Amino acid sequence: MTAPTAEAEEASANWASARAGVGDRIFAGSALAAGLTILAALAGVFVFLAVKGASGFTKPAEVYGPHAESFLGYVVPLLVGTFTASIIALIIAVPLSFGIALVISHYAPRWIAAPVAYVIDLLAAVPSVVYGLWGAFFLAKKLVPMHEWLHENLGPIPVVGNLFGEPNPAGRSVLTAGIVLAIMILPIITAITREVFSRTPRLHEEAALALGATRWEMVRMTVFPYARSGMVSAVMLGLGRALGETMAVTMVLSVGFDLSWNIIATSSPTSIAANIALKYKERSADLLNVLVATGLVLFLMTFLVNFLARWIVGRSERRMAK
Amino acid sequence: MTSRVQKEAVMAKSIDVSDVNIYYGDFLAVEGVNMTIRAGAVTAFIGPSGCGKSTFLRSLNRMHEVIPGARVEGKIVVDGQDLYEQDVDPVAVRRQVGMVFQRPNPFPTMSIYDNVLAGLKLNAGKMKRSAADEVVEKSLRGANLWTEVKDRLNKPGMGLSGGQQQRLCIARAIAVEPQILLMDEPCSALDPISTSAIEDLIHELKDEFTIVIVTHNMQQAARVSDDTGFFNLKATGEPGHLVEFNPTKKMFANPDDPSTEAYISGRFG
Repeated sequence: MTAPTAEAEEASANWASARAGVGDRIFAGSALAAGLTILAALAGVFVFLAVKGASGFTKPAEVYGPHAESFLGYVVPLLVGTFTASIIALIIAVPLSFGIALVISHYAPRWIAAPVAYVIDLLAAVPSVVYGLWGAFFLAKKLVPMHEWLHENLGPIPVVGNLFGEPNPAGRSVLTAGIVLAIMILPIITAITREVFSRTPRLHEEAALALGATRWEMVRMTVFPYARSGMVSAVMLGLGRALGETMAVTMVLSVGFDLSWNIIATSSPTSIAANIALKYKERSADLLNVLVATGLVLFLMTFLVNFLARWIVGRSERRMAK
Repeated sequence: MTSRVQKEAVMAKSIDVSDVNIYYGDFLAVEGVNMTIRAGAVTAFIGPSGCGKSTFLRSLNRMHEVIPGARVEGKIVVDGQDLYEQDVDPVAVRRQVGMVFQRPNPFPTMSIYDNVLAGLKLNAGKMKRSAADEVVEKSLRGANLWTEVKDRLNKPGMGLSGGQQQRLCIARAIAVEPQILLMDEPCSALDPISTSAIEDLIHELKDEFTIVIVTHNMQQAARVSDDTGFFNLKATGEPGHLVEFNPTKKMFANPDDPSTEAYISGRFG
């Protein structure tokens, strides 16, 4: 960027606009910095978990006690608890969220869609402790009859029946925890899918309608294919929140250590995150290492699930591009 | 909805339009249109931007009401049936009245093959592979696209050039064998060679379908159409209306209305 002489400036237009160049470079630099910060933070978390947690994998048996003797025995029930509650939450929340998002974006008239969207967003602002309180002291009791009904009616069925064994008399089961989680992750999934649904190009929607598609057929032909990637992102964010949720699970679930298929059992393994929150105060240095190690396991599992989902979505898109 | 299942012989139908007013909410966009669109002919609508010709076209297959608050008054009768009668299903109307849009809009996630079949799959559900192949070839041949794409039917429709995409959209529209084909400025996003390909196609298609085309290009209206309707605004902010509807030859040689002549000859004011 040498300053052109007055003579040169007069002779020809200034092709190299220095001003725009600087602005562009500042913007590109800050965008790059922001991107790298995220990667650095992620790497930092991973390094912390790995360094602090490494020794947690191989502690003497009594550290893992009283219910387990090795790290594997300690973490597997927690992992099962984490994923059971999260999967129940997803099974309930995903169809509901997609439905609500679709109603808001494509079915309801504007005067009703806007307030509904607003109320759903408000759900996200409620602190998880409040959900925990509500779940533990209100919802659990109300769900006791449902637990009994499930046990009586679905319990005798051969394979599925394993899920509905002896019911929890207070209703504080994994199922209840999953339902509370479902309500908590509903707003985030709804908000994101609503946004991607409403971005479907009008041109595509009209193409479907003009072919004689009903509204639902139009949604299947144009909205879902267009939004697929965003829908997966939304579910992943919801799952992330469900996996990491501590308070709601801690407060709702009556914690046990026995692994079983029974999702309405008297006691069930808690989640990794809830377990960390519970044990953090009464920690010994050894136990802290173990807790961090369980955190590392959760971190890696979340990563894995995310990659898997991305890969599945990407696969169908790659097939199209061939 | 038997009409969606039954396979009827393709037969071009005429359209009788009487006293049609078209609204966007409270705003009257097009006022008092009366015309008879002949079966098996090409009818072109010309007029300045914003005069309501596209709006009117979209009322012919009930696509206008897709916009919230939009509605139509009056009668549009096809084959003895008023499209705007109470118990008429707009979905069934759109089955019989196909549409091609201003910008090519193949479904981005579908292959060429699936794009052509998209409308049929809606109506007939599962089809035999051989029957489907037949429809795809017939429609693509009908749209003059077959030789260009026959070796890559499983590639995405978005990979084609603009003109090919538009012909794919025409193939998609004629695959369901509608009675009437509406075209909303189908060449405005295309280069002259693609435009000429589509115009040739319109000539071939008019044996089977009643074609209604909106165009900004007066030479195009003169080249492809048998009848022409000239739409204009009475004044800025006033609703659009049909100024004149006549055979294209007469329209371009000796129009009834002085404002038509002014518009066609380029002395518009």
